[in-house]
Amino acid sequence: MMGWLLRRLGQILPTLLILSFLIFGLQQLMPGDPAIILAGEERGDPQVLAQIRAELRLDRPIWEQYLHWMGNVLAGDFGFSWRIRVPVSELILQKLPVTAQLATMAFIIGVVIGVPAGILSATRRDTPADWAANGVALFGISTPNFWLGIMMILLFSVHLGWLPPSGYVPLWEDPVQSLATTIMPAFVLGTGVAGVLMRHTRAAMLTALSQDYVRTARAKGLPERVVVNRHALRNALVPVVTLGTIEFGRLLAGAVLTEQIFTIPGFGKLVVDAVFNRDYPVVQGVVLATALIFVVLSLVADILYMLINPRLRQA
Amino acid sequence: MIRKTIAAGLLAIGALAAPQAEAQHLRIALREDPDILDPTLSRTYVGRIVYMGLCDKLMDINERLEPIPQLATAWRWADPTTLDITIRQGVRFHDGEVMDAEAVRYSLNRHLTMQGSFRRSEMGGVTAIEIVDPQTVRIRLDRPNAAFLATLTDRAGMIVSPRAAEAAGRNFGTRPVCAGPMRFVERVAQERIVLDRFPEYWDAARIHLSRVTYLPIPDNTVRLANLQSGAVEFGERMEPDDLRSIQRNRNLRGVPVDELGYQGLTINIGNGARANTPMGRDARVRQAFELSLDRAAINQVVYEGMYTPTRQPVPPASPFHLRDFQPEPRNVPRARELLRAAGHTGPVPVELLVPNNPDLRQVGEVIQAMARESGFEVTIRASEFASALQGAVRGEFEVFLLGWSGRTDPDGNIFAFTHSTGGQNDGRYSNPEVDRLLEQARAEGDVERRRALYRQVAEISLAQDRHRIYLWHRKNVMIHSTRLTGYQPNPDGMIRLQGMRLN
Repeated sequence: MMGWLLRRLGQILPTLLILSFLIFGLQQLMPGDPAIILAGEERGDPQVLAQIRAELRLDRPIWEQYLHWMGNVLAGDFGFSWRIRVPVSELILQKLPVTAQLATMAFIIGVVIGVPAGILSATRRDTPADWAANGVALFGISTPNFWLGIMMILLFSVHLGWLPPSGYVPLWEDPVQSLATTIMPAFVLGTGVAGVLMRHTRAAMLTALSQDYVRTARAKGLPERVVVNRHALRNALVPVVTLGTIEFGRLLAGAVLTEQIFTIPGFGKLVVDAVFNRDYPVVQGVVLATALIFVVLSLVADILYMLINPRLRQA
Repeated sequence: MIRKTIAAGLLAIGALAAPQAEAQHLRIALREDPDILDPTLSRTYVGRIVYMGLCDKLMDINERLEPIPQLATAWRWADPTTLDITIRQGVRFHDGEVMDAEAVRYSLNRHLTMQGSFRRSEMGGVTAIEIVDPQTVRIRLDRPNAAFLATLTDRAGMIVSPRAAEAAGRNFGTRPVCAGPMRFVERVAQERIVLDRFPEYWDAARIHLSRVTYLPIPDNTVRLANLQSGAVEFGERMEPDDLRSIQRNRNLRGVPVDELGYQGLTINIGNGARANTPMGRDARVRQAFELSLDRAAINQVVYEGMYTPTRQPVPPASPFHLRDFQPEPRNVPRARELLRAAGHTGPVPVELLVPNNPDLRQVGEVIQAMARESGFEVTIRASEFASALQGAVRGEFEVFLLGWSGRTDPDGNIFAFTHSTGGQNDGRYSNPEVDRLLEQARAEGDVERRRALYRQVAEISLAQDRHRIYLWHRKNVMIHSTRLTGYQPNPDGMIRLQGMRLN
């Protein structure tokens, strides 16, 4: 078990290294010269462009830029935003709690709706309850977030005036306001997660319910509640947990459109704005941080997997 | 008993005062997130809106675009290259330091010498900044420059606290210290910029707001929703059709304001291989293209007819706007004739580069349809802005639909785009006669004579050479709560806090 954990941890470093190559390389493929963006209205002045390139090391060969960046990153320095001159690490630390809160809320909404709906539709297969749950899941998966977001803003903020239309208040500043500003985006994101979780829970439950041990459990006279909850659900949850962690990772990586619509200053908005402004250090820093989160979460998924499924512990 | 009464009295006062203070909190929704808040290093239009609260300038402009006193009380050209500026007495920076001639000299020097300064080229031509006495600064130029005063009405004229600037160095913009009506409180990138009233402001009697929060909300629908739900009191650069949406809303008022800039077509005439097209080679083809366009109709289709069709870069509010230099009416037969004269019998291919915004794409499509009738085959290439801009600089375009936010002095709208050495002359238009006229106009102090020079520039570069096709002057659509009084629209699109009050 310990050896396995160490091996998994050992895989993280090379993964991140390869990723850092990719981030750096892909960025070079992006059209749009950052020096021209930064020069703004002086873009035609070669002197200004040369000055900017020199300051940001854009005039150096790509491998030299990479080594310089990587060296700094290893020393804990992610550089600073070219656009607003704030350290990237500070930006990440500023946005991470926002995205974490939004992701957690969305995930809770997704699980609370998705998993019970999945169980319900599996145990009441081909009944109106099943159809209704499937309908909800289809809605959640296929409704575009930006559309649902704007509709919710128009309904709850403009017409009813119950919730603020956009913006964000940190949890520790004013918990009630914080929930008020995040509940709509969390719901928009949560419906998507709920749909995915519902479909998978349903499928896994249907498989589990057709297994021999379930027939045995029923045959020995266990109440249906115990059969479903203790025997079928526990086994069915294994793939759902993996999926859930991946979904959570996706939420943490920033919900670009949803954050844009609700003007939530999280990861997604940070990275999109940075891409449009060709603010490379921010793009690199955020993508690397996101990758780290993803890698760690997939490790967590593996550990959870083992805790739920004892058979995997011996492997 | 007495103590209780006093306590109750204090509570009552507190209760009265609190909502009052709260009520004077103005929230402004911005269309973009500003860049760094350092007057020397910043570049964005939207950043200038925040500076209106934060940093006073030597001069401001009135709605007729004339310079008026702000931190300077008076100025005088001692000779055509020497400007004497009298500095206002009793002004303090937000850190309590005194704003005097030394601070002015320091700030102007910072603009001129700081690495990465975006003010240097605006202030090009300054050879010396001298302190005559504690209230007088003398600026010497290498040659006469009629546009120079106008640059001092913008970021180049903003005076920062020398002590704070020295201490912070390049990071000054993360905590700017100026002499404006509001002082910096905090900034959360992409979320908000908060300013509080500065009690020792030199003109404090005209500042009624206690706090201003600037909120970048890029999505227009959401910005409007914020206004409609009362989450913000002011929204800048809204869309023309928003005015119709709020027509029956008694809590909101829309104010369309003429802007200083324009939207136009830049034509690649001499920038690399892509200039070698029928449009790039022959002014007759460009004229035919221009004659195919009905600016008013495009404006009607895309912008509800709200913008002002134009043929020149100088906005109607400016005294240098040429009243009788108006767009020619659409004339398809004449356009066809010109194309035939230029030797084109088949469709003339034109690639139109368009920034990838819904409204500009639509403009491109209308242009495409109109030009087809005269015999042009327009293909539209929509490109994300950063890539489009790079393409423009490198000459990877034939015709580029591009806007300009505009400057108060006509030089700022013409020189960089038309002079052969101009920094934004992406099409590399070059005509020595036009260059000479532009340089002469820049040096000419007399308004009448200067206007005559700009007329000659327009006659040659536009009516004859057709190096650009200007389309219209946009309008800044401002929407604000009816609780807000004292907003004074200005063509520069800035939101001046003086006199503003929430009721």
